[in-house]
Amino acid sequence: MKSDKIIYINDRPIVWDGETNVLSLARKAHIEIPTFCYHSELSVYGACRLCLVEIEGRGLVTSCSTIPFEGMKVYTHTEQIIKMRKTIVEMLLANHDQACPTCSRSNDCKLRDLSTKLGIDKIRYRKTRQPKAMDMMSDCLVRDPNKCVLCGDCVRFCSEVQGIGAIDFAHRGEGVIVTPAYGKSLAHVDCVNCGQCAAVCPTGAIVVKSQSEQVWQQVHNKTKTVVAQVAPAVRVALGEMFNLPSGEITTGKMVAALRMIGFNKVFDTSYAADLTVIEEANELLSRKTKGENLPIFTSCCPAWVKFAEQSYPGLLNNLSSCRSPQQMFGALAKARLPQTLGVTKEDLCVVAIMPCTAKKYEANRKEFTTDGIADVDFVLTTQELGKMIKEAGIDFNSLEPESMDLPMGFASGAGVIFGNSGGVSEAVLRYAADKLQIPMPESIVLQEVRGTSGIREAEVETAVGTLRMAVVHGLKNAAILADQVVNGTANYDVIEVMACPGGCIGGAGQPIACESNTRQQRNQAIYNADKIMPLHRAQDNPFIDEIYQTLLHEPNSHKAHEMLHTQYRSRKRIEDEETSFSAPSKEERCKIRVCIGTSCFLRGAQEILAATLKTVEDNAWHNRFDIAATFCTELCDLGPTIVINGEIIHRARLEDVKSRIQSEASLREK
Amino acid sequence: MDSANNAARSFNKVIEILDRYDRNASKIIPILQSVQEEYRYLPQEVLTFVATSLNVSPARLYGVATFYSHFSLEPKGKHILKMCDGTACHVRGSSAVIDALRDKLGLSAKKITTDDMLFTFETVSCLGACGLAPVLVVDEAIHGQVTPEVALQLLDEIVQKEQQHA
Ligand code: SF4
Ligand code: SF4
Ligand code: FES
Ligand code: FES
Repeated sequence: MKSDKIIYINDRPIVWDGETNVLSLARKAHIEIPTFCYHSELSVYGACRLCLVEIEGRGLVTSCSTIPFEGMKVYTHTEQIIKMRKTIVEMLLANHDQACPTCSRSNDCKLRDLSTKLGIDKIRYRKTRQPKAMDMMSDCLVRDPNKCVLCGDCVRFCSEVQGIGAIDFAHRGEGVIVTPAYGKSLAHVDCVNCGQCAAVCPTGAIVVKSQSEQVWQQVHNKTKTVVAQVAPAVRVALGEMFNLPSGEITTGKMVAALRMIGFNKVFDTSYAADLTVIEEANELLSRKTKGENLPIFTSCCPAWVKFAEQSYPGLLNNLSSCRSPQQMFGALAKARLPQTLGVTKEDLCVVAIMPCTAKKYEANRKEFTTDGIADVDFVLTTQELGKMIKEAGIDFNSLEPESMDLPMGFASGAGVIFGNSGGVSEAVLRYAADKLQIPMPESIVLQEVRGTSGIREAEVETAVGTLRMAVVHGLKNAAILADQVVNGTANYDVIEVMACPGGCIGGAGQPIACESNTRQQRNQAIYNADKIMPLHRAQDNPFIDEIYQTLLHEPNSHKAHEMLHTQYRSRKRIEDEETSFSAPSKEERCKIRVCIGTSCFLRGAQEILAATLKTVEDNAWHNRFDIAATFCTELCDLGPTIVINGEIIHRARLEDVKSRIQSEASLREK
Repeated sequence: MDSANNAARSFNKVIEILDRYDRNASKIIPILQSVQEEYRYLPQEVLTFVATSLNVSPARLYGVATFYSHFSLEPKGKHILKMCDGTACHVRGSSAVIDALRDKLGLSAKKITTDDMLFTFETVSCLGACGLAPVLVVDEAIHGQVTPEVALQLLDEIVQKEQQHA
């Protein structure tokens, strides 16, 4: 049913076709209304007031939060509106640290853009806010509150899409600030480093922490051999930094540019992704046959891995033990390349080029160092690579395409579709179909897992029973499925999780998207890249075959486990100093510490604590025991955790603790 | 009395408080109020615990706790002095009292609690007792028409009492 409802924008009629706010209608009428706090994928906040328009009979309203009505008359640039917009921007600028030429967001800063567009040439207001300290401690992001315009986009993304809420508004009045809990650094709270807050920030208040300077140093150091591994999603977005249409595949130009910068070899992370497919598919099939630790959660996304570690310690055995392609590549490169390239391990530098900010954190995880040397030395985002290309003065658009180096630069399409949400599932299925003799074309397309909705499902009949797959992006969606797994209502074999919208192509290391359909175009480009590749299944990659022959023997072998798999650990959400509950201890007393972190709490730690206190109280044993509650001992999956005189008791049961107290009491004098 | 056991016991109080409000996130303010009554401030670990119990993020709870000046995230002294610096009190000379007390206690606008944790001195804006201006509140007791001399004398009385106890 479509009735033509007409609305007038600046006296010109426009059809109202279900748009939910005046702002979208104006955009349809080719009028760009400035916004700071409006983001089409987030809830409407309506606080910046930049999007003011005048509505006949109603006066000035914020267009982002005003619902259209039939016959509405909207004016978008009256004298008053223009004046007010200028005032708002001027006031923001007055308190904004205007270090524009040295700000990494200089080129895509909304505030700078707006100030130019509105023709602001002087600021008539005084600074009212105190300068605030920057947060430089995270591996991935730098926060500069002095550039924040308090639009809240980051706050809403983190809580509405990622379901985390690592940052929020605090304090009031002139002191309002967006900050992690207790004014701590992002490095010490539940932030999972997805970087999406930086991607939605209109200014440079949250930016990606750059490592390009360190990489330049390595490149310029003649004793070093510097090799690059490039993730699949980079090739479909890098061109955007050089005004090429989004979704243009620029693999060849990118390889040429990397060589011109000074990289000695250019390899493909998709090669390692092929390996991931084989390792993970075999892990899945073995779990499916044994019926244990299902569903298997994918583990390529480091933001999801940290999220699971801090929120779902009970599910860590369900995570695939496979390292991500970045880390598989790193381990293989450090093991094999020194010999092939004739360099020492110390002089080999592996640089990963990623669409992702969390990969910087992943590379620093201590699990991923071998004999004190990191498997991956540096991680650059797509944006950082683009900037390095510009710094070097390379005319990217006119480069002749070159191809990657062998053997680790050769990949099948399976390793390339990893860049899209749903890609891992499809790639695994292409491998499994072969193993399980499911009749399917080599380049099977699993329509159900392609697409953009937050949670997608597919079922495939196989020799080992029906394979039930779910694909999610956004950690809030992941939490929905994880909760179902925890309470036993989910029935899946595989759950693929990517934290970023659309998967890695929507990673926060990618160029800031200026068009609304950028993500779709990158997504399509990834599938196109697969189409034009000669091979589509990981097992057909001859260089993968070779690595099994010469080094790994077979999938999930002992050697493969040593080099390509890893372990996870539970992790507390907020790092804090020693707990305030413990009081100065007297040596002779028996020290009891009861963990009341969330996980232990849910497993009954509170009852144990209460009962312990009661026993001590009833017997007046105060001088024999020193009891305190502590917070998360990071042993959540084995909780409730109790420490008695330094000895850790896992899965503590009330009766055991009680009898232990009795025996400790009898050992001590009154 | 044993302070560690005390602390653990008062942690049980936090759980009682949470239960009393059915762990309902819409009751954040009364919950924080009760917690602050228990501890005299909002310790970070307790806030994190309350946040996870209510299923809100610690950053959001921190936001609520810092929005209301009533809540304190710093430990407060045993005795709390509040001097009103609202318009009426200001006009009638509250500044002189504030200066005298800060001077005596070695405190400032930034440092509000003495190192021995005996005193916290804060200024507040209007206590709604303008008729008595300037107003000083000493541990809940309201004192009107306070001069620097009176304020220092009140302070001295507390110090004397504390010394007798020690
Ligand atoms: S990086 Fe991701 S998890 Fe961390 S604060 Fe930003 S949006 Fe939240
Ligand atoms: S940090 Fe950026 S996105 Fe977050 S409130 Fe400030 S300006 Fe907005
Ligand atoms: S965009 Fe509408 S109020 Fe900010
Ligand atoms: S101004 Fe002090 S009580 Fe009102």
